[in-house]
Amino acid sequence: MFDTLSTRLDDIFTRLRARGRLNEKQVDEVLREIRLALLEADVSLKVVKAFVADVRERAAGAEIHKSLTPAQQVIKIVHEALIDILGREHVGLEHPQRPPRILLIAGLQGSGKTTAAAKLANMLKKQGRRPLLVAADLRRPAAIRQLQLLGEQVKVPVYAEADHQDAASLAGRALKHATEEHHTDLIVDTAGRMHVDADLMAELGAVARAVDPTETLLVCDAMTGQDAVNVAQSFLEEVDLSGIILTKLDGDARGGAALSMTYVTERPIKFAGIGEKLGDLEPFHPDRMASRILGMGDVLTLIEKAEQAFDEEQAVEMQEKMLRADFTFEDFLGQMQALKKMGPISSMLGMLPGMSKMPISGDEIDREMPKVEAIIRSMTARERNDPSLLNGSRRKRIARGAGATVQDVNKLVKQFGEVRKMMKMMGGGGKGKGKMKLPPGMKLPPGLGL
Amino acid sequence: MPAGIAPEIYIAIAVVVLIALIGFVGRRRKPPERTDVDTGPIPKVEPEPRATTAEAPGAEAPPVAAPPVEVEAPKPSLRDRLTKSRRFLSDRLANAFGRAPDEETWEDVEAALIQADVGVEAATKITEDLKSEARERRITTAGEVRGLLAEELVSLFDTETDRALTFAPQKPTVWMVLGVNGTGKTTTIGKLAADLTGRDRKVSLAAADTFRAAADEQLQIWADRAGAELVKHQPGADPGAVAYDALQHARAREMDVLIVDTAGRLHTKTPLMDELAKIRRVIEKEGKVTEALLVIDATAGQNGLVQAREFAEAAGVTGVVLTKLDGTAKGGIALAIERTLGIPIKLVGVGEGLQDLEPFDPKTFVDALLS
Repeated sequence: MFDTLSTRLDDIFTRLRARGRLNEKQVDEVLREIRLALLEADVSLKVVKAFVADVRERAAGAEIHKSLTPAQQVIKIVHEALIDILGREHVGLEHPQRPPRILLIAGLQGSGKTTAAAKLANMLKKQGRRPLLVAADLRRPAAIRQLQLLGEQVKVPVYAEADHQDAASLAGRALKHATEEHHTDLIVDTAGRMHVDADLMAELGAVARAVDPTETLLVCDAMTGQDAVNVAQSFLEEVDLSGIILTKLDGDARGGAALSMTYVTERPIKFAGIGEKLGDLEPFHPDRMASRILGMGDVLTLIEKAEQAFDEEQAVEMQEKMLRADFTFEDFLGQMQALKKMGPISSMLGMLPGMSKMPISGDEIDREMPKVEAIIRSMTARERNDPSLLNGSRRKRIARGAGATVQDVNKLVKQFGEVRKMMKMMGGGGKGKGKMKLPPGMKLPPGLGL
Repeated sequence: MPAGIAPEIYIAIAVVVLIALIGFVGRRRKPPERTDVDTGPIPKVEPEPRATTAEAPGAEAPPVAAPPVEVEAPKPSLRDRLTKSRRFLSDRLANAFGRAPDEETWEDVEAALIQADVGVEAATKITEDLKSEARERRITTAGEVRGLLAEELVSLFDTETDRALTFAPQKPTVWMVLGVNGTGKTTTIGKLAADLTGRDRKVSLAAADTFRAAADEQLQIWADRAGAELVKHQPGADPGAVAYDALQHARAREMDVLIVDTAGRLHTKTPLMDELAKIRRVIEKEGKVTEALLVIDATAGQNGLVQAREFAEAAGVTGVVLTKLDGTAKGGIALAIERTLGIPIKLVGVGEGLQDLEPFDPKTFVDALLS
């Protein structure tokens, strides 16, 4: 829907033919773009204003890096400023003076508290700890049942009371129980509440006083808009927040709320929910979030996953093959297998900048991959290594073998040819002007050097 | 990081493979055409807008003429409930009441719109339009700007559109409720059911959210509260099968309305979106879905528009329910949804009680947005 920030900044600089140090007018124009990018990413207006002022100051005093273009310089400054707010690195859970560690989970309705609580329990259990979940959401119909079912799934016991009235005293009894049973962690799931609901906010305060939590974690939906500041402020006033869990990051929201929340509360985002399965909770990575908010994708996560999926020697060999442009269907098949190890394409595309604009979704690619595989597997070894052999009758045979149409085979062979051409450009031309032909809407991550 | 190899090469390889795959899949079909109007594949059930709540001739006609949720009983209005939320624009404009509108006034207006989640592009445009309108109408004090802004915002909503929920000419009427996770689908269904049973309609609910733990039990509690029946299967069952059974059940029991609850799903997950389309297809083999209501959380930011677009494409959304308007969030994304996608906002959720569902009224909404 929107151009990425880096594209737009590049446009400005091309227009201004800027060289070297930024002048004030350029800074102004750049800052306007940054303001827009942040607002489009749902960062709260107040936070945007403060942030832009900060960046202006930094830009004024910035040293000039010879190796960076002005656009890259500004992005670097913005990125740094973002990370200063979001945090330098992942912050884990605090350790209590004495066990159990008490985690109080709070948030608005529908932010994902119960799921986050179960995911936390699952994570702690996998670390060899003995967590206990506490069903202190006494308001939402069947909330207790939901937690009990999730507890069963992750094999973590759930403390619940049939006759329940008062969340605070229930939490107190749960704590006593946990201490007696030598649980290492107590995870208290509370009712979702509107931050303007004075009674419910008071109840949350009472629960907190009853258990004196090691951590009070605010659960926040990554899709939240401008209201994030109000929510964060209100919860901060009522309880001693220690951190944030950002949920539903597997959607395509840019997640500006993350910035608003950390800015207002000065508390780190500790975990991110990235899917519906109970294993889908990740340590939060500020640098990746910074890129996401700026619309620059999450290239780091992708690199990490790729490193796990491809072995190094193979990668070096592949690099050489690609540069020499003798990439064969056999190689393609091998790389596809490695790619599959990185997880569904749909989740990978989300990490690449500009991919959301593509005319097809990752899921479609995921669905079509078996067909591509089948086509390649229906080729003989010779055909795989020398696609020029593929004449009409061979293509017909391949299509029959793969349960595909000849058109499918043609398309694949044609596409493969284009990829090879592209590689030739990368390898042969090197710094040449030849532009890669990318699918519409796709933009390569900055700094890929392709 | 292994020595001797740039990390980018991994990505480069992955990207190359991806490009090949994208090329293969991508050329198989054209990118979907988009128009400004909701292009749900389902033709409108009622040709005349006024006929929405009338029963078909010949059909047994219960004495119901009013659209649901337009209740006679006095309920706290959206405005009342919003007194709790923070005021920002009106105070500032009121403070500047006597002065001529200046740059600061316009900045305030734009800021207010942005903070209401209207979207920065729209906020800028509305402010510009307002500026020229103020000049034309020779507005001399900032105090008048608020009224003008309210007028402008109301005019952005389609005043002609029928926001009443559509009943089928023959029993049972089937409504589906959709949305991303945590927007308030189940709660909305509970409120809808209560409103209908309050008008002596026989209502049954279909627990087609078979994914989330205890979703059916949550719906059961709402059904009990509202006096509605519930059809459910085992957890993990095929949601289409639940919907189908529920339809058979509703027929057999001569229910007036069947409301189908669906699992929350992120609009980015194609298989889950396909599933939604399938549920609708299953129902439409034998009946008709006259409303596919998308539930949007008022706290949602710009992603709300993307959600609406994707759900509309997958399952043909007929209207939006804007929930959680009882907080400080203004739900400005609703404006963008109605304006750019042509999907009418039909209802608003303003609390957790059975009665906390109201028909959407642009004027009330705008008043609350500017309060």
